[in-house]
Amino acid sequence: MTRRTLTGIAVIALVLALGGGYVLWRHASAATPAATGLDLGRPGSYVYVEDGRVRQGDGAGSTLVGMECQRAYYRAGLLSCLRALGPAFSAELIVYGSDLSERLRTPVWGNPSRTQVSPSGHLVAWTVFREGDDYMADGRFSTTAGLYDLATGLHHGSLEDYTSYVDGERFTAADVNYWGITFAADDNTFYATMSAGGKTRLMRGDISARTLTAIRENVECPSLSPDGTRVAYKQRTGDRWRLHVLDLGTGADVALAETGHVDDQAAWADDRTVMYVKAHEGRPTVFTVPADGTGSPVMAFPGASPSPVG
Amino acid sequence: MYLAATRAADGKAVTSPAAKVSGTVVALGLVSLVTDMSAEMVTAVLPMYLMYGLGLGYLSLGVLDGVYTGATAVLRLAGGYAADRLGRPKLVAAAGYGLSALTKLGLPLAGGSMTGIGLMVGADRLGKGVRTAPRDALIAAATPPGALGRAFGVHRTLDTAGALLGPLLAWALLAAVTGGYDTVFAASFCLAVAGVLALLFFVRTPPTVDVKRRAALRTAIRAVTAPGVRRIWLLAGLLGLATVGDMFLYLAIQRGMGLPPAVLPLLPLGSALTFMLAATPVGLLADRLGRWRVFVLAHLLLVGGYLALAGPVRGWPVAIGVLVLHGLFYAGSDGVLMAHAGKLLPGEVRATGMAVVQTTQALGRGAAAIGFGVLTQATALGPAFTIAAAALATAVLTAVLIGRKVPA
Repeated sequence: MTRRTLTGIAVIALVLALGGGYVLWRHASAATPAATGLDLGRPGSYVYVEDGRVRQGDGAGSTLVGMECQRAYYRAGLLSCLRALGPAFSAELIVYGSDLSERLRTPVWGNPSRTQVSPSGHLVAWTVFREGDDYMADGRFSTTAGLYDLATGLHHGSLEDYTSYVDGERFTAADVNYWGITFAADDNTFYATMSAGGKTRLMRGDISARTLTAIRENVECPSLSPDGTRVAYKQRTGDRWRLHVLDLGTGADVALAETGHVDDQAAWADDRTVMYVKAHEGRPTVFTVPADGTGSPVMAFPGASPSPVG
Repeated sequence: MYLAATRAADGKAVTSPAAKVSGTVVALGLVSLVTDMSAEMVTAVLPMYLMYGLGLGYLSLGVLDGVYTGATAVLRLAGGYAADRLGRPKLVAAAGYGLSALTKLGLPLAGGSMTGIGLMVGADRLGKGVRTAPRDALIAAATPPGALGRAFGVHRTLDTAGALLGPLLAWALLAAVTGGYDTVFAASFCLAVAGVLALLFFVRTPPTVDVKRRAALRTAIRAVTAPGVRRIWLLAGLLGLATVGDMFLYLAIQRGMGLPPAVLPLLPLGSALTFMLAATPVGLLADRLGRWRVFVLAHLLLVGGYLALAGPVRGWPVAIGVLVLHGLFYAGSDGVLMAHAGKLLPGEVRATGMAVVQTTQALGRGAAAIGFGVLTQATALGPAFTIAAAALATAVLTAVLIGRKVPA
């Protein structure tokens, strides 16, 4: 073996050892000192996701650290968690009770995108997306949205199995995608986005009838307010989305004070405040903004997928 | 240490008939193995990194992907010609590998800037485009003409092994460090640097590469448009034009064969595994039967695959059969084509010529991917694949008729 070969081996071994060392160091430092666990009985805090784990806190003071999730949502004693598993496009939905006991675990095929729980704490919804589910090209995405009723065990794996109506007519386009389910208080009505032919529509869903009815165009990722009268959503202009709030009763629509690009299903902190996630300094960060278009955005804490506890 | 002395000493080893595949080829294969691992581990986690690591929306990624497709074709030509012009294929290849390595560090440094991430992905493709033809020219220069098929086969086996291992390593790292996308980028960067170092330390420019003979553009163009060479890239482009895109094929297998949607991400593994296992034996076969013959035959296998998809039989066995045919198609059409071109091209314009062949093939396939996508929106899967089979069979027939003049 020449000296050159030996030098090469030595230098390469050094580079690989440095890389291995970094991974080991990160592994050791990331092993959180005894995952504290969440306390879902503690009101006045938020559940959110940071660095792949569910956390609970309010950005100040102590933070509780829980299970591994990419998306989480807490409401009425139920914590839903979308977790990506190893291989591409394989994930699972896990639902926990307020005592953190596991209530449901079901596989979903796709990358975690959205999840919400109904006001009653009976229904859980999820949206996943995947790449490559398209005839035309790489890099295009499709979504699947489904729901599960923990009270009855009813499982609707994809809204594509529902019957859709647009302008009173049955709608049967092939390129339909659904995302962003949000539940009303009656455990039967929900809202979601349907996309087809380059248009998005706000759909009102009826679980028992398995139907979806279009009620408005250019509404994505709706999120129903706690009082059930309005939806916060993102409205698309070109390649950008802006948060709006639509009054379902009057049809009045107002753009929120956040003028930046937001790609998130907003959550309601209370009836007057909307929470959402935006990239800030290279990290997902939670912001709040008044729901009536006044005021200005306020940075809350680093993280994603926020929802209020209690 | 004097480079000249090292080279002279190694020159003997390279040309020694005892070495079945030269050390240079094995070294280049190992370089490709770690580089592909490095690249594929990033590709595997990039959507999740953008979504969960940075908080950017998933639609951003679709934009990313569309922008750079096609740009690599032009860069490949530039890389090939630069290698010939400078008479330094190893240097140009090292520049390409080095640039891609740097982007692995640049990606996390770009933070949440979509422009920065876009630039890094673009620079990575640029590096890949630049290095491919000089690397293949090195393989050809380090191998006696009669053993080119085997040499390219061994290289492609190692290359594909890296592509298969990359995502596995990425998932293992994310499992070890929750949300630790930085560990994936760090490991990817180290592997890429190891690849560059392996190229610099273990790959010796074969003595057949004449550093002093520098190809002028006119010489290169004349050599590439010479009738025998022209026929190769024209026919490779024509056959590419009749080839259904990979993504499209996998989707057709999943839907047409009635498989659950969850298997879709696994289907490319079937093709890649077959490609990896078959590349070397098919290369050996090509050395015996004639490389052009095997190249054309590989397309005939794919016609069989298309017919199976158009046919009435559904289910797992047919799906696996089509995947195996698809993998064999790659084994017989990728390295084998370079082996064929490598033999016919004069040494001083080899990288340019190889770049031209790869580019026409890639452009043909790119155009076909769009064409068949449009076709399938107009008709059902079955008829679309009947048409695809007919188109490819016609292209194969044309290649057989015109290609009779191509030396095997």
